[in-house]
Amino acid sequence: MTIEKRSSAFEYAPAPESRSVVDIAPSYGLFIDGEFVEAADGKVFKSISPSTEEVLSEVAQAGTEDVDRAVKAARKAFGTWSALPGSERAKYLFRIARIVQERSRELAVLETLDNGKPIKETRDADLPLVAAHFFYYAGWADKLDHAGFGPAPKPLGVAGQVIPWNFPLLMLAWKIAPALATGNTVVLKPAETTPLSALFFADICRQAGLPKGVVNILPGYGDAGAALVAHPDVNKVAFTGSTAVGKEIARTVAGTKKKLTLELGGKGANIVFDDAPVDQAVEGIVNGIFFNQGQVCCAGSRLLVQESVQDELLDSLKRRLSTLRLGDPLDKNTDIGAINSAEQLARITALAERGEAEGAERWSPACELPSSGYWFAPTLFTNVTQAHTVARDEIFGPVLSVLTFRTPDEAVAKANNTQYGLSAGIWTEKGSRILAVANKLRAGVVWSNTFNKFDPTSPFGGYKESGFGREGGRHGLEAYLDV
Amino acid sequence: MSDRLSVFKTYKLYVGGKFPRSESGRVYEVSDSKGNWLANAPLSSRKDARDAVVAARKAFGGWSGATAYNRGQVLYRVAEMLEGRREQFVREVAEAEGLSKAKAAAVVDATVDRWVWYAGWTDKIAQVIGGANPVAGPYFNLSSPEPTGVVAVLAPQESSFLGLVSVVAPVIATGNTAVVIASEKAPLPALSLGEVLATSDVPGGVVNVLSGRTAEIAAPLAAHQDVNAIDLAGADEALAKELEIAAADNLKRVLRPQAVDYSETPGIDRMTAFLETKTVWHPTGSLGASGSSY
Repeated sequence: MTIEKRSSAFEYAPAPESRSVVDIAPSYGLFIDGEFVEAADGKVFKSISPSTEEVLSEVAQAGTEDVDRAVKAARKAFGTWSALPGSERAKYLFRIARIVQERSRELAVLETLDNGKPIKETRDADLPLVAAHFFYYAGWADKLDHAGFGPAPKPLGVAGQVIPWNFPLLMLAWKIAPALATGNTVVLKPAETTPLSALFFADICRQAGLPKGVVNILPGYGDAGAALVAHPDVNKVAFTGSTAVGKEIARTVAGTKKKLTLELGGKGANIVFDDAPVDQAVEGIVNGIFFNQGQVCCAGSRLLVQESVQDELLDSLKRRLSTLRLGDPLDKNTDIGAINSAEQLARITALAERGEAEGAERWSPACELPSSGYWFAPTLFTNVTQAHTVARDEIFGPVLSVLTFRTPDEAVAKANNTQYGLSAGIWTEKGSRILAVANKLRAGVVWSNTFNKFDPTSPFGGYKESGFGREGGRHGLEAYLDV
Repeated sequence: MSDRLSVFKTYKLYVGGKFPRSESGRVYEVSDSKGNWLANAPLSSRKDARDAVVAARKAFGGWSGATAYNRGQVLYRVAEMLEGRREQFVREVAEAEGLSKAKAAAVVDATVDRWVWYAGWTDKIAQVIGGANPVAGPYFNLSSPEPTGVVAVLAPQESSFLGLVSVVAPVIATGNTAVVIASEKAPLPALSLGEVLATSDVPGGVVNVLSGRTAEIAAPLAAHQDVNAIDLAGADEALAKELEIAAADNLKRVLRPQAVDYSETPGIDRMTAFLETKTVWHPTGSLGASGSSY
């Protein structure tokens, strides 16, 4: 069937969220030992809005010397912080959770500006999950004796944490909340393209009265992250990001006593069986690959559809994609926001071109891209084989590769035919098939008849080269305890 | 004293449920604590290591897919078979570790008991470390442990039998399969254990035992892309670091060497080190006031 652009009778009026709720300062320092300070070498970098390329702020750029200073501050704070009764640590975390809730609209707008993702996502997904994560781990702080790690489990010490740009504040919450609940202190490096929400979080720590040095924030590039990971006085390393960097970190900490958790890439299979409810499956597929412009490690970036329903499903999917609204991330009706950076856009573009060059069939809905900023239209690849690059490499963008299968065994074999093992989806009305297939998938998170659901109580993390360790739930405590 | 000439045993590897010699044709001399020759043991090659990985991978589907109850019965069967060969292992452990007969007997008894201990864990570990997660939404959300896959195990160098079983049993109890490198200087109890496993309903390939130079065999295992995890119990500091670096290439789960008193009752750490957590979300729908909406 042909896809036509919606008639103008159904156009939406602009509905922008107000920018005035957030006040971004022209410059920010590093947050070390409770103070905002300049980088030792005076370096700064600019954080820009990916949807407009407007400079949002100028931020101090951490170097090796700053890493050392921050680790020293965290070490100094560790003694008293870890000695606090768990009930007191809990109250600090409850305070943080509450302040995040109070300031959530401000933080949602800020995150949308700095990251480029739609406001409806930051408002309805990122921020509620951030607050919930602090609220959840706050409650653990004085109950660690009962967590199944023996009586009075001990913290590790100073945690060095490096987080990505796709969910800047949420990844911060996943790292900091369990670390503090268990009595560790933290040095966290946000990604260079999205440092602002972490710096606002520093202000929340200040408002909450958190003792100085317990949380230190070092905006910077990969060199600062590498220095943090390699610092001899760091006891725990937690990283979320690419598999290549994750392997490098694993080599760096080899032969040390540092505890390591890695949450890395993925190439999640979303498996649709012939009895799946098509409309629900289509919504799940769209959510799986176009949520956050597909810049999600657990994205359902491979659609495995049973051959007999391929045509029907793809027709519906294409029809649905042509209704997606791409544009101003601050507009409340926007479905697809900006790609986070020029670099990421170049990577997505190159991989999509490779897909075409290797013979896969490329399709996008009619879609006008804004003239400034970094944008990529929702894209489907059909006629994809398992050997194609677009079926193997993580694209980390709004690009879905469609493969087919005939039997459940073939679906499982194809789903598992990847170096990764982070997520998978199953769409079928048959309960026993859900359980049988879920059982055979080598992936850390499996969504049946849903996709991209997250919760602080639910352990998240991968098999194989998607990393190791779990974040969230009781399991998430283990990464920060000496057990 | 009888003047009958005894029959020596040819010690062989245990790979894929069979007893091959090293493909390299090499052997090395194994002596007791006083330097007396005991036997020649196979000096395994990189090719032997790779063959063992193939066998372990082949066995993984069946073993990890077996019911936990079944795995428990099989592990208990190992204890039964071992009990029956108690005298043989007392002699081998005494020779291997220079222990008195009484002390060696205590070690063998503890080893039998260790199999029994882990046999009982197979159908309990999931309840202890998994469970339902109370997510804020209409979903049933369940986390369950699953075996990591093929685990390379560097058995402890000093405790050639109790230490060996203390690192192998937890790996296979949860459904992993293992490629085990026996203690370099005292490999004979490990090689004899292969004979016990072969007669204990443990499917071929679930445990594969190699003897030889630990560093030589461990290097290809640590770098092997089809090995999912590695237990470095038998590595010294320098070797452990080198292997951990190699293991990063496919992000193997690494259990670093640590001081362990193998006579103590173990915790669950050696099991959890080689378990993944799978979390599955199922929509529950809800029963609305106006009737069914699920």
